[in-house]
Amino acid sequence: MDAIGLSRVQFALTAAFHYLYPPMSIGLGLLLVFIEAAWLKTGNALYHQMARFWTRVFGLIFAMGVATGIVMEFEFGTNWAAYSRFVGDVFGSALAAEGIFAFFLESGFLAVLLFGWDKVSRTFHFVSTCMVCLGAHFSAIWIVVANSWMQTPAGFHIVGEGASARAEITDFWAMVFNPSSIDRLFHTLCGAWQAGAFLVISVSAWYLLKRKHMDFARAAIRIALPVALVGSLLQLFSGHISAQGVAKNQPVKLAAFEGLYDTTSNAPLRMFGWVDEKSESVIGPAIPSLLSVLAHNDPSKPVTGLREAAPDPKDRPPVNMTFQFFHLMVAVGFGLIFISVLGLYHMRRGSLADNRWLLWLLVISVLGPHIANQAGWFAAEVGRQPWIVQGLLRTSDAVSPVLKADAVIASIFLFTAVYLLLFAVFIYLLNDKIQHGPDESDLVPTGKLARG
Amino acid sequence: MDFGTLDLNTTWFILIAVLFAGYAVLDGFDLGVGALHLFVKGDNERRTLLNTIGPVWDGNEVWLVTGGGALFAAFPNVYATVFSGFYLALVLLLVSLIFRAVAIEFRSKRESKLWRGVWDTSFSLGSLLSGFLLGVAFGNIAAGIPLDARGEFTGSFWTLLRPYPIMVGLTSIALFTMHGSIYALLKTNGTVHEKLRVWAPRAIWFFVVCYALLTIATFVWASHLVERFMSRPWLFCLAIVNLLAIANVVREIRRRRDWAAFMSSCVAVIMLLAICAIGMYPNLVLSAPNPEHSLTIRNAASSQKTLSVMLTIALIGMPLVIGYTSSIYYIFRGKVKLDRASY
Repeated sequence: MDAIGLSRVQFALTAAFHYLYPPMSIGLGLLLVFIEAAWLKTGNALYHQMARFWTRVFGLIFAMGVATGIVMEFEFGTNWAAYSRFVGDVFGSALAAEGIFAFFLESGFLAVLLFGWDKVSRTFHFVSTCMVCLGAHFSAIWIVVANSWMQTPAGFHIVGEGASARAEITDFWAMVFNPSSIDRLFHTLCGAWQAGAFLVISVSAWYLLKRKHMDFARAAIRIALPVALVGSLLQLFSGHISAQGVAKNQPVKLAAFEGLYDTTSNAPLRMFGWVDEKSESVIGPAIPSLLSVLAHNDPSKPVTGLREAAPDPKDRPPVNMTFQFFHLMVAVGFGLIFISVLGLYHMRRGSLADNRWLLWLLVISVLGPHIANQAGWFAAEVGRQPWIVQGLLRTSDAVSPVLKADAVIASIFLFTAVYLLLFAVFIYLLNDKIQHGPDESDLVPTGKLARG
Repeated sequence: MDFGTLDLNTTWFILIAVLFAGYAVLDGFDLGVGALHLFVKGDNERRTLLNTIGPVWDGNEVWLVTGGGALFAAFPNVYATVFSGFYLALVLLLVSLIFRAVAIEFRSKRESKLWRGVWDTSFSLGSLLSGFLLGVAFGNIAAGIPLDARGEFTGSFWTLLRPYPIMVGLTSIALFTMHGSIYALLKTNGTVHEKLRVWAPRAIWFFVVCYALLTIATFVWASHLVERFMSRPWLFCLAIVNLLAIANVVREIRRRRDWAAFMSSCVAVIMLLAICAIGMYPNLVLSAPNPEHSLTIRNAASSQKTLSVMLTIALIGMPLVIGYTSSIYYIFRGKVKLDRASY
């Protein structure tokens, strides 16, 4: 492989690993707001214990997110220098805004969230938790805006020619609100809320299975399951909106999602399947007309196929890979709705704690949002190929010209080794915290908190 | 916002210098505390030391993230050239920063001696190497690196390891260690404080020696940095302020006035960066041997539109940042007391 292929592998690897953590920070941040609000409202020490426990988990997840996140910022320059020169004028302001508005807010108030229990009042602690949650959401805004601009560029013009051409901003707000940013932000945030909610559900279900910390687990699941259901239903809705945007703005990507080669009216939606890129055909059970309905709200409307949208196969993404990632994401998304409905039903009936198979299902449900988040991003990014900025800059032209393949091989090995080690330690410590469970002493608020 | 005739390129040169100075002042003491970490023995002492930076290190690192983002946005060509040219050095810097960050989080999570030893070492080496590599990168940019006509770096990893940048790297370690030892004096009491009483003067002298050698080396290997000072002698005032600040650090530590020493140390860090920035202006990356290929605030910059949008963002954002950063430092003021929530 050359420096381009290797850089793509490295970026996929480091981004995928990084993206395990921010969704959990965002989602858990939201749940912490609910938990602390419940504590403020009821004064029930159980919620204090819950806030303490989940704050410790939050700290661990946050540290991993910070440690792996700084790699992402540097990688644009190290591996994708030509891209950075091309987009810097447009993309940089979003990244700088992320630093100023999101990261400072998040990291500053995180200190109070983690270490301020005995130093500030309950209300101030709650406000800090809200600020951390807000900061985490802000950080999603700017990075998704930047990525969306790569999908559907707007508010810019091209200055210069050939290798020295670059995009310059003409309208900041048109760049921020480019055609896909709101839909994709909503979609990303729903995925993050799911990641946070199912983490809490999974751990609580584990305690119910082991018949430990029963009150603690019941109370937590009562907060997390509704969030999971709302998140999962909103996700279905936002996914639909996003797909309509893709149909409109990135027809090649939508055709790749479904392995659709010929432009067809009453286009069918595949449940699952396999795309043979050589013979340009797809097999698998399909629901007639549904793709046309989903894309255009009208079964008779044609959906553009790959042969029309990208006549030259060189302008198409790897179709089967895009298809598989997309379908995996959708399947898991439906699974999560099913699991949260089932869980809520049994919770309302009071039969949750006795349903061992359901509890096991809830325990493993923590993997669901991660699989869907990762698959979704892979579908979105692979589906945009061969472009790094849709229609403007090819991935093959984006890599750093001075970069040597052997340097990238060295860094891939280094990052892989470091990340494997970190992941092992992360899982070990997370498991340790879960096995240890909530602290009984947290049922008695200490310090300033005792005074309310 | 419309900024009229304001020279946006120069403004952003200054703002990026401010961001990196903010990083050096704030995360500088975190890295310094890390450098000293292994010199302090005893689990309780080390834990105390770690918790002097516990609530703040993360926010301090954000100054680097924002500085990098601002560089990307304001001067994309500098960001692209430097980050791709210094590839392996930057990958090492990232790995160091990763180990520093996770070690802080992981270290006290298990009782095992081996566990704590491993993460103590990784915290300390990560901090030392981060400070060193930042210094080396900075030294290279200031001393000049080979660039071609398109502004791409034409050297290799070994080009970066010339004597002058290495001296800047060592001086960075020394500067941060001095700064961190004084910060830690402010934040501790008891046995660890007594140990730091011994280590702080040593760190200060280590810095003074490095600084003196670096000054000589600058006249020999990077004399272009002092040209502007020669032509505008009043700029030497800054150098004098810097020298006075360093001398005052020595004096105040002797008198055990740690606050005054820390303030002087902050001034010294800021002055050092200011002197470098003035020496560099209007270049951002100096090309040697072909100075005409240098990246400047004009040929490396984003459009005027982007610079003005970003200035608006900065003018809204910076007061907020300063507001909540100071309130966090206020909430966590005073000496460190270990409790359940501590690292």
